[in-house]
Amino acid sequence: MNEFKALFVKEIQLEWRQRYALNGMVLYLVSTVFVCYLSFRLRAGELQPVTWNTLFWIILLFTAVSAIAKSFTQERAGRLLYYYTLASAEGIILAKLVYNALLMLGLALAGLGFYAFVMGNPVGDWPMYLLSVALGALGFAGTLTMVAGIAAKAENAPTLMAVLSFPVILPMLLMLLKVSKNAMDGLDRSKSGDEILTLLALNAIVWVLSVILFPYLWRS
Amino acid sequence: MKLTWWKILCILLLLFVSIGGVLLPVPRLNILNETIRNVYFHVPVWFGMMAMMALSGWYAVKYLRTNDADNDLQSVEFANTGLLLGLLGYVTGAIWGNYAWGDPLPKDPKILSAAAGMLVYLAYWLLRGSFRDEQQRARVSAIYNVFAFATFVPLVFVLPRMTDSLHPGNGGNPAFGRYDMNSEMRMVFYPACVGMILLGYWISTLRIRLRRVDAALFEREDQLAERSRS
Repeated sequence: MNEFKALFVKEIQLEWRQRYALNGMVLYLVSTVFVCYLSFRLRAGELQPVTWNTLFWIILLFTAVSAIAKSFTQERAGRLLYYYTLASAEGIILAKLVYNALLMLGLALAGLGFYAFVMGNPVGDWPMYLLSVALGALGFAGTLTMVAGIAAKAENAPTLMAVLSFPVILPMLLMLLKVSKNAMDGLDRSKSGDEILTLLALNAIVWVLSVILFPYLWRS
Repeated sequence: MKLTWWKILCILLLLFVSIGGVLLPVPRLNILNETIRNVYFHVPVWFGMMAMMALSGWYAVKYLRTNDADNDLQSVEFANTGLLLGLLGYVTGAIWGNYAWGDPLPKDPKILSAAAGMLVYLAYWLLRGSFRDEQQRARVSAIYNVFAFATFVPLVFVLPRMTDSLHPGNGGNPAFGRYDMNSEMRMVFYPACVGMILLGYWISTLRIRLRRVDAALFEREDQLAERSRS
């Protein structure tokens, strides 16, 4: 527990010292939303609610990929070796997972706020929508952290990151789209019960597998 | 040529299926008509793919536990055969879909999730290509294999059942339940499934043996080169 705490604090401090990376992510999100806004405004007519929802999730997905891709590449190999001698693999992956989950939650909520501000706000059931965004942030963080660790071992990591993560993240994304669409239309909450359970199960699978598999990755 | 019992079984089953599948009586159903015979080929191919992917995942876990390069060979080859069977499943499905639904590739959740599942294994292939060091390649790709298989299963089995689909067994329909197969069809269908899985396993073992020979030759060459140097 102590180890986890120290590593977690380290992640935050690292981020805080390189604030340009954090600012970069926020700016990435904001400018993507803005580009979408301009692109859609140029065409006459309102944005369909379905498009609104899908566009938001795609923006979030790409932001997540670029935000989490750096979680293993920003520190040099020598320093990783140093951690290897100090800490257990489980501690490291847990710290990274929790940190990335918080980061994604922050980014997703900020992104949602800005997106709704710029693109209009068709959401009917806000608490439910926020729940789906939170589940999405946790799921993205879990999947992408592990994939980032895998991709960091290979050459040309950025391309590989996208290729490896998209098919793996797809089931989650489909579920999220459905839950958030239901929330947006303000449907009865019992309609999304199954999907939320599936999402929780998927999140659990991904997080548990990350913790189990990471020690093998770490050793190499 | 040495044939073990399961290879003979595989040949017999598939012979039976390819003859019986075409000649034995099938129920007359609207729209489906004679295309229902494709169920003997299309579905078992997918079952074969699932079995190969599962074996591939199993050997990936085994590799991670033992670090034995041989397990890695098996894992890769099962994944390759799985991919091949998946492609065959696509082809047979497209032929069937063309006649039964009027469209070789309709927008159906099951087709789309199968496509995504194939993407996973193509990505696995790409990942293997991007390593020079053999041990690292084996380890990292085994990790991805396990990770991917765990998300591939919900993708193919769970998700399509939650939405409406053209395929039977989705959107609350029973899969091999009341209406779509009588006992005569089952008599061909089950052997076809077993036969296809055995065939996939057979193809994989051939490729695995080829790889083992390659690896042994490579090692031998290495030794010879070293001896001539000293």
